[in-house]
Amino acid sequence: MPQLAPDDLQAVWLTLKLASVTTILLLAVATPLAWWLAMSRQWYKGIVSALVALPLVIPPTVLGFYLLLLMGPHGVVGDLTTALNLGRLPFTFAGLVIGSVLFSMPFAVQPIQNAFEAIGRRPLEVAATLRAGAWDRFFSVALPLARPGFLTAMILAFAHTVGEFGVVLMLGGNIPGETRVLSVAIYNHVEAMEYASAHLLAGGMVLFSFLVLLSLYLAGGKLVKV
Amino acid sequence: MSSRKLNLLVWVGALLCGSVAGSVSAGEVNAAVAANFTAPMQQIAALFQKESGNTVKLSFGSSGKFYSQIKEGAPFDVILAADEAIPQRLEQEGLAIAHSSFVYAQGKLVLWSAQPGLVDAKGAVLGKGNFNKLAYADPKLAPYGLAAQETLQSMKLWDKVQSKMVTGESIGQTYQFAATGNADLAFIALSQITKDGKVTEGSWWLVPSNLYSPIRQSAVQLSGAKDKAAAQAFLTFLKSAKVAAVIRSFGYELP
Repeated sequence: MPQLAPDDLQAVWLTLKLASVTTILLLAVATPLAWWLAMSRQWYKGIVSALVALPLVIPPTVLGFYLLLLMGPHGVVGDLTTALNLGRLPFTFAGLVIGSVLFSMPFAVQPIQNAFEAIGRRPLEVAATLRAGAWDRFFSVALPLARPGFLTAMILAFAHTVGEFGVVLMLGGNIPGETRVLSVAIYNHVEAMEYASAHLLAGGMVLFSFLVLLSLYLAGGKLVKV
Repeated sequence: MSSRKLNLLVWVGALLCGSVAGSVSAGEVNAAVAANFTAPMQQIAALFQKESGNTVKLSFGSSGKFYSQIKEGAPFDVILAADEAIPQRLEQEGLAIAHSSFVYAQGKLVLWSAQPGLVDAKGAVLGKGNFNKLAYADPKLAPYGLAAQETLQSMKLWDKVQSKMVTGESIGQTYQFAATGNADLAFIALSQITKDGKVTEGSWWLVPSNLYSPIRQSAVQLSGAKDKAAAQAFLTFLKSAKVAAVIRSFGYELP
């Protein structure tokens, strides 16, 4: 049985950490956004939907490159973080988290939004006639009914972050323990012609991804039919 | 349609047919080229096309990636690698024609900053530490990265700057880190900032060649192109004096 090198093990942990933090943040951001998208009748809803879906279409390296520019010393975000004494975000774990949140946004927003839309207005209106306030309606009616959507969103956001490469490559600077995640480590092993180490990591990743998707489909069979 | 327009159409048609026929009768060379050699290669290919009538299809990328692609049967005729090791390995494995590799350019390492005045003429800025990040290419992947590591080790600064190092996967990305200002300093190839024999942007220090082992970039003809006259002609052209002048104008040396 081949062993993982300490560097590679570190990359595995860092990847899991990045995916976990990203997923938690995404839930916090995507839930209100998805709720608004599901309920709103504003004319600019289409614009917001398009912006949320954008990372599905643009190449990750493009997103990464623009983030590098924006977060850099000549960028708006870079100016802001420097003014707030936070330093600059490229080459940091925090920078990767922001990139990952943006990159995986559609994978979190869309399932939750679909779930909210599937509930429809009626259960909420019924709750309203029973004098449930807006917050109460959201937390006691909408959230529990949308649970399958949340589960899908969490799994997809987590898995998508694990598999992320282009954004991290552009923003990360490949610093061990800080920005060298699994996909970058695999890429470097392949480039350096260290195929054995690459296979070990890549094979593990294929297995992991398959298990995640399998669990999603198995659970989906039960959960989606609420 | 006026007769003038018709005339024009006939001419364009004839030209198109001519050029298609031309490319069929003349040869075509598929070249895999190290990314650092992109700019000079484009000029060289244009020259070669003009002189020989052969066309050159260029693919730019990292030599390591090309190596694995060639192993899996990629249809390249020649490779212009970023080091000597990969062409040698291809020869040993029978994927390239034995003893056909030669050094076509020798790279020079520079320490560069997008900020004018930051890098001094002796590279003392490295010891002073008044910079945020120092970018270099991954030494395992890029010869220029290895040269940067050797330079820092020769200067006995390797341990001192560790906390400020960020790694690009290629010198292209390393340049990008510095050009966008995210890293104050970067070790890159002189060729990346040289145009027409001059460096015009930022500040730089040409690292003395005794601080790192020479970056000898080597080319080889691949076994699949053994009987391809155009590939042979291209490699011969690459060794010509005319090409040598082009290569020098981009900040490389010749062996």
